[in-house]
Amino acid sequence: MSLDKAAITKIAKLAHIEVTEAEKDTFVTELSGIFKWIEQLNELKTDDVPMLASVSDTALPWRKDEITDGHKRDAILANAPASDYGCFVVPKVIDHE
Amino acid sequence: MSELTNLSLAEARDALRAKKFSAKELTQAYVTAVEQHNPKLNAFITVTSEQAIKGAEASDKKIAAGQAGALEGIPLAIKDLFCTHNVQTTAGSKILEGFKPQYESSVTEKLWAAGANMLGKTNLDEFAMGSSNTTSYFGNVINPWRAKDGNKDLVPGGSSGGSAAAVAARLCLAATGTDTGGSIRQPASFCGIVGIKPTYGRCSRYGTIAFASSLDQAGMFARNVRDAAITQTVISGHDPKDSTSSPKATPDFEKALTGNIKGLKIGVPKEYRVDGMSSEIADLWDKGIKWLKEAGAEIVDISLPHTKYALATYYIIAPAEASSNLARYDGIRYGLRVTPENGALNELYCKTRAAGFGKEVKRRIMIGTYVLSAGYYDAYYKKAQRVRYLIAQDFKDAYTKVDAILTPTTPSAAFAIGENSKDPIAMYLNDVFTVPTSLAGLPAISLPAGLSANGLPLGLQIIGKAFDEETVFRIAGVMEEAAQFKAVPQGVGV
Amino acid sequence: MSEYRVKGKTGDWEVILGLEVHAQISSKSKLFSGAPNDFGSEPNENVSLVDAGMPGMLPVINEYCIEQAVRTGLGLKAHINLRSVFDRKNYFYPDLPQGYQISQFLDPIVGKGIMHIDMPDGTTRDIGITRLHLEQDAGKSLHENSNKYSYIDLNRAGIALMEIVSEPDLRSPEEAGLYLKKLRSIVRYLGTCDGDMEKGSMRCDVNVSVRKPGDVLGTRCEIKNVNSVRFMIKAIEFEAARQIEIIENGGKIDQETRLFDSTTGETRTMRSKEDAHDYRYFPDPDLLPLEFTQEYVDKIKATLPELPDDKKARYIKDLGLSPYDASVLVADHATTHFFETVAAKHNPKLASNWITAELFGRLNKADLEIDASPISTDKMSGLLALIEDNTISGKIAKVVFDKMFESGKTAAQIVDEEGLKQVTDTGAIEKIIDDIMAANPDKVAEYRSGKDKLFAFFIGQVMKVSGGKANPNLVNELLKKKLA
Repeated sequence: MSLDKAAITKIAKLAHIEVTEAEKDTFVTELSGIFKWIEQLNELKTDDVPMLASVSDTALPWRKDEITDGHKRDAILANAPASDYGCFVVPKVIDHE
Repeated sequence: MSELTNLSLAEARDALRAKKFSAKELTQAYVTAVEQHNPKLNAFITVTSEQAIKGAEASDKKIAAGQAGALEGIPLAIKDLFCTHNVQTTAGSKILEGFKPQYESSVTEKLWAAGANMLGKTNLDEFAMGSSNTTSYFGNVINPWRAKDGNKDLVPGGSSGGSAAAVAARLCLAATGTDTGGSIRQPASFCGIVGIKPTYGRCSRYGTIAFASSLDQAGMFARNVRDAAITQTVISGHDPKDSTSSPKATPDFEKALTGNIKGLKIGVPKEYRVDGMSSEIADLWDKGIKWLKEAGAEIVDISLPHTKYALATYYIIAPAEASSNLARYDGIRYGLRVTPENGALNELYCKTRAAGFGKEVKRRIMIGTYVLSAGYYDAYYKKAQRVRYLIAQDFKDAYTKVDAILTPTTPSAAFAIGENSKDPIAMYLNDVFTVPTSLAGLPAISLPAGLSANGLPLGLQIIGKAFDEETVFRIAGVMEEAAQFKAVPQGVGV
Repeated sequence: MSEYRVKGKTGDWEVILGLEVHAQISSKSKLFSGAPNDFGSEPNENVSLVDAGMPGMLPVINEYCIEQAVRTGLGLKAHINLRSVFDRKNYFYPDLPQGYQISQFLDPIVGKGIMHIDMPDGTTRDIGITRLHLEQDAGKSLHENSNKYSYIDLNRAGIALMEIVSEPDLRSPEEAGLYLKKLRSIVRYLGTCDGDMEKGSMRCDVNVSVRKPGDVLGTRCEIKNVNSVRFMIKAIEFEAARQIEIIENGGKIDQETRLFDSTTGETRTMRSKEDAHDYRYFPDPDLLPLEFTQEYVDKIKATLPELPDDKKARYIKDLGLSPYDASVLVADHATTHFFETVAAKHNPKLASNWITAELFGRLNKADLEIDASPISTDKMSGLLALIEDNTISGKIAKVVFDKMFESGKTAAQIVDEEGLKQVTDTGAIEKIIDDIMAANPDKVAEYRSGKDKLFAFFIGQVMKVSGGKANPNLVNELLKKKLA
């Protein structure tokens, strides 16, 4: 699978990382190489094999509906690049719901 | 002073209890060692000497009052991937430079509750992605070992390079690490020390900065197997704050070091004898087999047929999970924010992440984003999860015949900084022996077994059944005894 | 029942609608964190480190939320999936701290179900439920009159939502409104969500497409976050018209997400096609699959209250109420509660009439909900008691009712103060009748000679003289006797 510049541009957009034209070229080469290497997985027939998403040995634990957290605004905002009125401040969000 | 730092953790623990010296003296010795050697090695990103001394003073009081915890007064180093309350935690990244968590990771909380004290936060590959500790925003870590025939700086391995270097250079008694594809075992092998990655779910991931959630596990670096067993016991245990945490009780791993492995069946997988494997590594492996035979174990040839697909599988799953786990680093609530001139939100995201993440992290985010994207999810991510099932099944089948598995840890000894850096895949191949274990979630230890012709440490890996760290430690203890690896890096232990 | 059609230049158009409702579960804490689920707190007061997406934070699921999702599914007569999976929905937005929302994509907790809606003409329409799944709510962007900045409050981030998706079976704005109201009443009945659309604990997205009857389905547009039934109806009407105009002018409908502007009554583009999101769903590795047994589901089923449809059937069969009245009384949990409290002590039909006709009439006029009724169940009961024991007539009762509504006094107080007790003293009525007959001999003669209509005149006179207080039945009876 060879990735082209358009694909790289699209992925970078999804990942919200600004990439220069030079970086795009590097990514095209590197990622194409990596995906070609990954293609070896196609040597395996896996249609009847289940997906293994977790090696965990436990079932999903359920928590009681109790208030055990919150009321720590200072801790929440302690590392904020910008905060005011008890909120995180960001450049204006255009499409609000 | 260096007398104190030459003691192992178990020795220091016993001496402190016997009041042979104070925790403050012990800690001061380490603080001095860090001051002396860290500038060259760059093993620490943040040094917390004052905090360490204060903690040592408190430990002395506790020891005097007969209330010593399991690790009372023991100075440790913490990989900068564990969130430590009010102490900078960076994940080796510019995007978290200056970030001071207002909370403590469950793993480090257990260490402090046991009475240990923190010398500092160790360097690592950025966001734990790497096998050389050459991708950190805070500079490379230098391996305290040097090759006989050269004067080049060598990599300590990664991602937990700083922790491994710190333990090898005796700048701390032990150090925490995390292992996702080999990030404890491989640097342990490169630095001639012991590194243990427990079963997935043994340690809590709460407060440990996530790289790949279904693979990450905390573990310990130490100078010997006993020290590793002692510390691993402390950091293990169920945590209700982590939904993937195992409810299994933690055995006392130190008690597992009985020295007796008679009758144990050890598997040797043929697929790990890879093409182009150095003869030194092959010879070391054979030596290991011999030692275990002599100790009364039975060697069984086994097959783990899907081994060669493990790396490709890992390099789909880990980046996929990482691409999602790292989405929270967006300049909004903490960490770096690059405010663009035009002030638009979208630019803020894109410029912040471009400036904050290094090359390797960006590369893996791109890979991960791609394999999850529409049209590719089935071909890549789903496929990889199916192959993962096969790899895990390989081990399950093998464990019907054997109790543990012996392999080399790495395909080579530590290489020079800059080598392997051109081709990402060449770097990924460093993890060829460690990745399958991670995919299967099994426990594994690396211990130093010999030196290369060039005078560099080589490690052997023992892989165990799920939640059978006891057998892993037991075998490692016996092998350690047989190997008699006493070498130390130059300038250390003098 | 006539089909709803929108007239276009080229003929009649059919409107196809599907609703996606987000209902906040009324749990004490959030879905994956122990922070409080409280409304109206100071910004970022109800936020945990998990909600804020801090490095190293992990989700732990709230058992109560699982239960409420199952309850709601059972209330929708839907299939409960004993195994479901949480997936990450990945996108960037300031109110989404993790950079992904924990939701359920391929394997939701609840599958197909059905909702019966009562149409005004007495018929019932069946609307399919596609699925119900659990997911996290997002935070809020506040704009604080700033042109440059937005302020992010994460109090709402992480609150448990049930997303309930209907099949595209709705065919008119009215139907959509009835569906939404019914869904709201069901979750309020079950206590799983308070259904408060103003507060935002229940929000609705509408999918709208148009087609000529019999044609294939048209391209749909999603209208997001319509926060009242009235606005939803307006939005649908505008959107249908917009789409019809585009198609009739030769254009194509772009599949897009739109926002309804309640001040202009129009929908506008929210996200352009270019920004169509690729959410890269994958199972959340921090959470194992959600699994439970059939016993668990059955236990919950046993605790379900009587649901609106079953109640309605019972009211009709056992209490003898009309289908229309029954559906009015079950439409809203508060109304049902009011009715059942009163009907427990009085004739149910009487109670029904007074609530549906009189009480609702005055509440609507005063723009009040039944929770804010100046006449409580006790006061209502007091009035009905006086009717049932003949202390006052039905007609007088209406007068009393009005005064109760205005003054807040009890019926007994008003009847007493204004001397409105019904006159049932036969002798007294007879006397009044005799007086009237004596005063109107010509009319008596006319009546006796066949002018039956004059009976009403005599009744009127008796009522006038008695100040409306004479018992009508008695008056009737005695007049008949005397005029015979």
